Amino acid sequence: MLLIIIPLAASILAFVIPNNRTRPWLLPVVGIFHTLLSLWMFFDPPPVAAGSWLGFDPLARAVLPTVSLLFLVCASYGVSYLHVRFERDNRVFVAALLAVLGLLSAGHQARHLGLLWIFTEGVTLAAVPLVHFNGTPRAFEATWKYLLVGGTGIALSLLGSLCLGYASLHGGGEGDLTFVALMSQGAGLSRPWVLIAWVLLLVGYGTKMGLAPMHTWKPEVYGESPGIVGAILAGGVTTVAFTAILRVRSVVGAAGEGAIADQTMLVIGLFSMLVAALFLLGTRDFKRMLAYSSVEHMGILMVGASLGRSGMVAALFHVWSNSLTKGSLFLSAGNIRRAAGSASMDSVRGMAVITPRSAVIFVVGMFAVTACPPFGPFFSELKVVRAAFEAGHGAAAAMFLGCLLLAFFGLTRVVFGIVDGRPRSASKAAGKRFLETADVILPPLALLALSLWLGLFSPATLHEAWSSAAAQLFPTSL
Amino acid sequence: MNSNLNLLIGLAMGLNLLALGSSRLPIVIRSMSAQGVILGAMPVLMEHKLDWRVLLIALATITGKGLVIPWLLRRAMRTAQIDRELEPLIGFIPSLMLGAGGAIAALALAHLLPLLPEHADTLLVPGSLATVLTGFILLIGRTKAISQVCGYLILENGIYLFGLLLIKAMPLLVEAGVLLDLTVGVFIIGIIVDRIQRAFDSLDTRKLTALRE
Repeated sequence: MLLIIIPLAASILAFVIPNNRTRPWLLPVVGIFHTLLSLWMFFDPPPVAAGSWLGFDPLARAVLPTVSLLFLVCASYGVSYLHVRFERDNRVFVAALLAVLGLLSAGHQARHLGLLWIFTEGVTLAAVPLVHFNGTPRAFEATWKYLLVGGTGIALSLLGSLCLGYASLHGGGEGDLTFVALMSQGAGLSRPWVLIAWVLLLVGYGTKMGLAPMHTWKPEVYGESPGIVGAILAGGVTTVAFTAILRVRSVVGAAGEGAIADQTMLVIGLFSMLVAALFLLGTRDFKRMLAYSSVEHMGILMVGASLGRSGMVAALFHVWSNSLTKGSLFLSAGNIRRAAGSASMDSVRGMAVITPRSAVIFVVGMFAVTACPPFGPFFSELKVVRAAFEAGHGAAAAMFLGCLLLAFFGLTRVVFGIVDGRPRSASKAAGKRFLETADVILPPLALLALSLWLGLFSPATLHEAWSSAAAQLFPTSL
Repeated sequence: MNSNLNLLIGLAMGLNLLALGSSRLPIVIRSMSAQGVILGAMPVLMEHKLDWRVLLIALATITGKGLVIPWLLRRAMRTAQIDRELEPLIGFIPSLMLGAGGAIAALALAHLLPLLPEHADTLLVPGSLATVLTGFILLIGRTKAISQVCGYLILENGIYLFGLLLIKAMPLLVEAGVLLDLTVGVFIIGIIVDRIQRAFDSLDTRKLTALRE
């Protein structure tokens, strides 16, 4: 509960602090408290009452600490970022960022269908000021698309929640919308309504996650917002939509329609990967490239989650490796973008000369995210593939690997395009003004190190947390 | 009891068609807000005994959808100095046909779905489906930001209509969340519309094309 209250209270505090220079320090302070608290709860999970609306249950335990870690690192990057961008008032930015953290923590812990929806909607709205922080016309354009597409998605997921509520009511439910109660109602839920609800919720929360074909807001938003916002959106906000889908999936599974749910998830996951891989081959902007890469990884999560219990463990593993690796990429891309003054391949070249350290992190991060050993994503994606073969989805596994290969071509094409070559004289001048000090290099490096640690060691407690979350989601099957 | 309710839902479905067929933005806004007021009155009619929670929902819906939001939209319209949707992506006659066809399809579809006996002879489900569809047509088929916002609100109206099915059984939380978020959402949209207008001197979302693959 404190996980939610601390950031929200700090968000209000951010409005009160008058000084533009001291205010950003609120971010890492809250980040430290939040991380300590969530790690403490990770190692010593508190008991959760069965009927409670909010609780640090196994699923929250398996996902929330990575959000805290990501936020902490991004927050420490944010301090120097906001000092550089001193000309812009950061009151709303800091407050919104903290509100996003609080609502994210709440969304991960929501065990009630309606409450989950309210928190997701809250995150969506709180992120709006973050997206248009840069204040350019292009940022406004991105914000408009974000609101329109995201708003429609969120509306559809509300309709889906209502349909699921009606399914419960039709089956003689008492109006208790906690997931535990819905699951225990099981086969008593009205089938047609459950299926309608599943489609609407998958489309609705899928929009929030950025699954193709509902991903259209993503390149715009990630391309135009600051790198730190991209990292939080890609590694934090999408995970809450993912856990929302998982929680709904468990209800659909309890109603006896799990096979259909798995099939739709597999198809939409593979489709997202394919669309993302094709766009990756065409894009010329390295921040939009990250957005398509994020769509691809959301597809991987869906594929993993559709493959039964072992696939679910792999997907939760991938949540961690994706969040941490993607965060590192977003932050180093932010450095390069600021030094180069543009995000397009057409005008950015030779960044290995201008910003050597960021370029190294960017390249290594790119290899990590395209599943080169020994980083985290390699092992989590390997587990997904193994689960696919175990479940007898050979064709799906082949397509999965094919998409990964295409995405690898696309990413290397863009990344080496901007890193290699001789720098343009214009960007040379701009690069002189950008100093690669420790406070902009260490955060992405820390995330990369975490991803490496996840791949090399992946502690047993983490695996235990993922399996118990999978057990929560599949209570009956083995 | 139910015939009164059905009359109101029929009225709301008629307003859908009005919003679809009109090129003048004030008419679209007015039909959207009239629909909001009708929807707000519905829970009061549905309940036999008046509960304070139901009254609160009704009051909040009527003030929100009937007064505050239309006022915000009119203000946005005045600052942008536009009152017509000139070049819709889906023409007015085709969108009318789509809306009417959608309403008929919704009626047919609602018969296939299992409903509780007390809801079986109401138009709540088809009305809701038709309204959601109308909202979508406006969202996709219009180019002016204000028409899109109206489309979004009509979509929300449709969802609210569906929520009426659950108003007795489910906690108020769900409905309260809807109203709160709706208001906040439009408020933010309003601000952004303001900003877009300053940045582009027009509310034409087709000009938002700098970001294109």
